Amino acid sequence: MIRDRTDRRVELLLGALASTILLLIAGMVIFVFLKGLPSFTHNGLAWFGGGGNVDEQLMNIFNSPANPDDYVYELRAWPLLYATALITFSAVVISTIFAVLSAIFIVEFAPLSIRRILEPVVRLLAAVPSVIYGLIGILVVVPWVHEHLISEERKESVAYVIQLDGTSILVGILILTIMICPIMIAIIVDALRSVPANWTQGAAALGVNRWRAMWTVSVRAARPAIVAAAVLASARALGEAIMLSMVAGSVGFAPNPLDGLTFFLEPARPLASTIVDNAEGLSVVPFGQTMYAFASILLVSSAFLSFGGWAARRSLSKYTLGAR
Amino acid sequence: MSTETAKPPLSAKKPPAKRRPAKVESSWSIMDRIGLGLAWAAGISLCVVAGLIVVYMAYKGIQYVSWDMITSAPEASLDQSATGGFLDPILGTLLLTTIGIVIAIPIGVAVAVWLTEYGRPSGLARAVESGVEIVAGTPSIVLAIFGLLIFQQTFMGLFSFTAEGGAVFGRSFIAAGAMMSIVALPMIIGSTREALMSIPRHVREASYALGKDKATTIRRVLLPSARSGIATGATLGMGRIAGDTAIVVILLGASMTISPEGSGPFGLLKGTGSTLTSYVYNNSPAGEGNAPEKAYAAAFVLLLIVIVLNALVGLIGRRNKPQWN
Repeated sequence: MIRDRTDRRVELLLGALASTILLLIAGMVIFVFLKGLPSFTHNGLAWFGGGGNVDEQLMNIFNSPANPDDYVYELRAWPLLYATALITFSAVVISTIFAVLSAIFIVEFAPLSIRRILEPVVRLLAAVPSVIYGLIGILVVVPWVHEHLISEERKESVAYVIQLDGTSILVGILILTIMICPIMIAIIVDALRSVPANWTQGAAALGVNRWRAMWTVSVRAARPAIVAAAVLASARALGEAIMLSMVAGSVGFAPNPLDGLTFFLEPARPLASTIVDNAEGLSVVPFGQTMYAFASILLVSSAFLSFGGWAARRSLSKYTLGAR
Repeated sequence: MSTETAKPPLSAKKPPAKRRPAKVESSWSIMDRIGLGLAWAAGISLCVVAGLIVVYMAYKGIQYVSWDMITSAPEASLDQSATGGFLDPILGTLLLTTIGIVIAIPIGVAVAVWLTEYGRPSGLARAVESGVEIVAGTPSIVLAIFGLLIFQQTFMGLFSFTAEGGAVFGRSFIAAGAMMSIVALPMIIGSTREALMSIPRHVREASYALGKDKATTIRRVLLPSARSGIATGATLGMGRIAGDTAIVVILLGASMTISPEGSGPFGLLKGTGSTLTSYVYNNSPAGEGNAPEKAYAAAFVLLLIVIVLNALVGLIGRRNKPQWN
């Protein structure tokens, strides 16, 4: 009987700990949102819209008077939201294509010697800290872009709105792609490996060549995993702050697709970088609240993405690859 | 204790299966050839990118890193040659990683054990599972400012510096370490769960048959067998902690050197400091210092730490895998 009681106690203790974690997470969502709420209520839906210069608005909020009745909250966050979506979406699209191809290569076509190198390489690329990517970006890639891709005419063509100095969404997307690709490759490789061998063998028996068997059978069976990988990678890309604040220009500017190729060379600043860049201002009440409003947007979207990835992976184990 | 069974016999290693080389035959259509070519290009370019990063960082790092830099503390100076080295950031990284992982391992293992071995009521278990999933996807910058929100509360004043007026600074090694442990948590939970789930039922039943209850079985049989899984998760988590910048920038205070707040080890934990990541960030053109040589040197040391941790993960994964046959 005593034994049963200790057992029960252990279960309760562990369960209580797990519930505490859950409470902490719920608390995080609630507190961050509540803290950011004034910024939303003062602006209403216009918060999400465009208009005016975000950086000037942020500056006004930062300099608002100390009297709580005079706090300035006026903000149109569209350029930041747009930059976040643009950079995340482009990086995820590029790296999905790249990751599927690399995963096919690793699973099916790479000679053993190359495969032995590739697996640690993928793990290494996933482990390199974002600040190192940022450092290489700002000291190597950005100057190169500035010297070779930005001509004087191009600079002048947009000089009345924005300065081009090499820090650009192009560099941001490029490096972000390299950063999220390994995460996607790892998930897709796992899924491709768990496709039952008889499926591809069946295809081969029907006279299909290896590329076709891979592309039409394995990749198709692994589709939920590809979706899951893309979704999880977007959650990661969404939260990337340091690297993007270093290479993407840190200007609250909405790159204009009508500028043609110059579009890619224009700077921008996503939400996460905005918070890092303005870390010192967090103690100014309305400014801090604005930052927490940004954080709650990030939190809500990354939570949705995590759920999406989880659901996609569940459908993977349930319907297609029952072996898991 | 089953430490002996934890080591696989050498013969258990399977020789790698031989594969048919992917020979392109005349029957391949043009699209197939293009596809294969692209796959090769993707795979090779991955290797090239990784190689370039490592070689470039090593080249720059060896060029600039010196014994002096590793063993001297940073100093504020306008003259770049007099700003000292990055001993404190290295110590800061080690200290912060230790704090984070020491908090994360017990909690992570406990949650993983509860999820796999108990998991009742199942609704709660599913909620915890999705909670962990949310944490895994939460940007560390959000965790950082959430941490600031918590640790700036008055009752948390114990954990950081309190100003004259009673305002709590909210930035310290403890604050940053606590948030870092949340970064590492999903990895520890994930790999511990995987290790526990790979232990077959009959091992548990054998322990029950010997009259052991569930708690003892977990402690004496399951956890020792899951050791390598826990170690893998912990090492991955340490890599994440050592590489995280956002939490350090926001929650560790902006002092370059380790500045204890009061005396003793607790004073150190209450104090502020820097890590290699924040040192690199501050010395890059994006930060205030703008000393690329120092940034390169510190980044090289950081990269070495990450590579070593990464190699450890591989080593742990290959060795100590229990075989259940």
